[in-house]
Amino acid sequence: MSEPTSTDPISTAPPGTGRIGVRKTYKLFIGGAFPRSESGRSYVVNDAKGRFVANASQASRKDVRDAVGAARKAFGAWSERTPYNRGQILYRVAEMLEGRRAQFVDELRAAGQAKSAASTEVDQAVDRWVWYAGWADKLGAVVGSANPVAGPFFNFSTPEPTGVVGVIAPDSPLLGLVSVVAPAIVSGNTCVVVAAEPAPLPAITLAEVLATSDLPGGVVNLLTGRRAELAPWLASHMDVDALDLAGIVSGGAELEEAAAGNLKRVIRPGSGDWSEEPGTARMTAFLETKTVWHPVGV
Amino acid sequence: MDFEYAPAPESRAVVDIRPSYGLFIGGEWTDGSGGDRRKTIDPATEEPLAEFVVATAADVDRAVAAARAAHDRVWGPMPGRERAKYLYRIARIIQERSRELAVLESIDNGKPIRESRDVDLPLVAAHFFYNAGWADKLGHAGFGPDPRPLGVAAQVIPWNFPLLMLAWKIAPALACGNTVVLKPAETTPLTALAFAEICRQAELPPGVVNIVTGAGETGRALVAHDGVDKVAFTGSTDVGRQIARTVAGTRKRLTLELGGKAANIVYDDAALDQAVEGVVNGIFFNQGHVCCAGSRLLVQESIADELLGRLRTRMATLRVGDPLDKNTDVGAINSAEQLDRITALSEAGELEGAERWSPPCELPERGFWFAPTLFTGVAQSHRIAREEIFGPVLSVLTFRTPAEAVEKANNTPYGLSAGVWTEKGSRVLWTAERLRAGVVWANTFNKFDPASPFGGYKESGFGREGGRHGLEAYLDV
Repeated sequence: MSEPTSTDPISTAPPGTGRIGVRKTYKLFIGGAFPRSESGRSYVVNDAKGRFVANASQASRKDVRDAVGAARKAFGAWSERTPYNRGQILYRVAEMLEGRRAQFVDELRAAGQAKSAASTEVDQAVDRWVWYAGWADKLGAVVGSANPVAGPFFNFSTPEPTGVVGVIAPDSPLLGLVSVVAPAIVSGNTCVVVAAEPAPLPAITLAEVLATSDLPGGVVNLLTGRRAELAPWLASHMDVDALDLAGIVSGGAELEEAAAGNLKRVIRPGSGDWSEEPGTARMTAFLETKTVWHPVGV
Repeated sequence: MDFEYAPAPESRAVVDIRPSYGLFIGGEWTDGSGGDRRKTIDPATEEPLAEFVVATAADVDRAVAAARAAHDRVWGPMPGRERAKYLYRIARIIQERSRELAVLESIDNGKPIRESRDVDLPLVAAHFFYNAGWADKLGHAGFGPDPRPLGVAAQVIPWNFPLLMLAWKIAPALACGNTVVLKPAETTPLTALAFAEICRQAELPPGVVNIVTGAGETGRALVAHDGVDKVAFTGSTDVGRQIARTVAGTRKRLTLELGGKAANIVYDDAALDQAVEGVVNGIFFNQGHVCCAGSRLLVQESIADELLGRLRTRMATLRVGDPLDKNTDVGAINSAEQLDRITALSEAGELEGAERWSPPCELPERGFWFAPTLFTGVAQSHRIAREEIFGPVLSVLTFRTPAEAVEKANNTPYGLSAGVWTEKGSRVLWTAERLRAGVVWANTFNKFDPASPFGGYKESGFGREGGRHGLEAYLDV
């Protein structure tokens, strides 16, 4: 961790010597734009050795509200994109992420990971986007059905996205984040994500990837800040349809209880190994099954 | 030829109702520990039919323990092909006793015998027959090679389709290898108690099915019990919310099938007489005591007058009265409490400015009755357009464009079902795609089948019942 790299957020050159680095301001990602928190608050993010890295935006209840509004606004058009188109956009995210490998490796290293672990995590995150991208136009065939009813009717069931998903991302700052965002949006949901609290910066850099991948603004909204402050607002918000509590360690029961207010679909907290192949559960949790009947006749 | 009405009552002689019933726990009839008993009445006459036990928390505890023991020792280890045979047996016994069960259902619930005989009972048998076939094929259902049951399922069902809701709950649970404790509604316990006898006739191992009667307290004790692994509930959205809060933070899996306020959309090119039949079936089937009832008619403005004219003519032919009369179209409202709710919401409709109409209709003096009712001039903000009435009351709204129809149809916290009437195929599919509802009936309404997944979007609950999808609710996946 001692060798500075070209993208190190902090210049380690002595004052007054050489070129001064241009730092990045880490803001929120709402509706495709990068605003600061409306609250004007920020919190210090240090590296693993306790050195200052950046002031991250500390999102507020009103930022949650704005993000939910943006996600709701984006839902109609995103869910009406063809699955093929959504698949291409998710694949494009993988391409953009691959192109920024070095930057993400550096950020993960700043968050305390060894070089090889950081490199592996970025590889896995890219591959995860590719994996989910391929699901977009296959889910309907795998979980839908034509139903053999006892009567002169054509009857079929298709999966449809639930709507706006609130996501409390796990601590795994990149792979964990990708592993909860990709399954939510691949089927046409939009989401509001509270990034990993201890290491929020890769989430905002991922937002830069999303913003340059033809992903419509508002499909993914990323907030940095205090989980304990933001999660209850997301869990009780009446215009949020589903909730992924992946990043919740304690207080999950209260959040689930709040989610009952409008009967959100909830993925309960669970300790997962994000490096394993995910399976379909995180996608199907945020799908509704629609069954259509039509008479057969002349 | 003279087509005057003549009554054609179905005989009550096929039914033998005991004066009082115990709880069915561990394959035996047992007394409750509390001594509290209630009566169930015939809603068409208000005559008491039988007494039943109000199960206490201790009774629920015994039932859960019986279900756990049966799961661990017998039902769980049993090969699927053997479980299947028990379910086939049950399906056959239901078919054999279907006339008796239909009459019993109509007496306890108030629904017309024509419906209990032609809809409820055939579907009850079909659900057991359908799910029986899954019991030894679960590895092919798309949930992995050897999906495991959850364990003990707590199931709470409503009074509108008492035996059919029991079948929707028990058949898939048992097929997947779970055991159950089921609580029927307090106004309609009799067919569930008859089902306990059917389990005995089928020689189902003791404890696989346990029936505990009671009211809200019993239901609360059941869903809150630590020993259950799964909670399944069909009923109101308010109670569904309470159950979701109770289950929060536990290991229990939950599926909820809750209220609805379905839109039935009639476009200007619809086959009008068919649409009228569909609208009538949509809201007056089972006295409108149907969570997926088409309680909001959305009719395109250009045909509204003509459609409503035909609808009024058709409504005037509906025969309201004795549920056991084979001529009856609309039977008794299930309870005094429900009648009060329908009455109050209908009064609210008038107070808020909608225009109320019912055909001339003579109602019996005793029992709980409500004439088929139509409200026109309804605004989206009216309570009768927003709240589930769960009675024979139709609210009519109009629209001009397909986009407006979809917007109005989706303007509800519910999302259980919807209807579309048009002769244009592409418009059927365009509309069906945009309706946020779990079941869309196009040029038909209120059709059910064990092979067809049923369940809601939004505040109509989550999870599906029926079809391959319905298995997921009872498997550890």
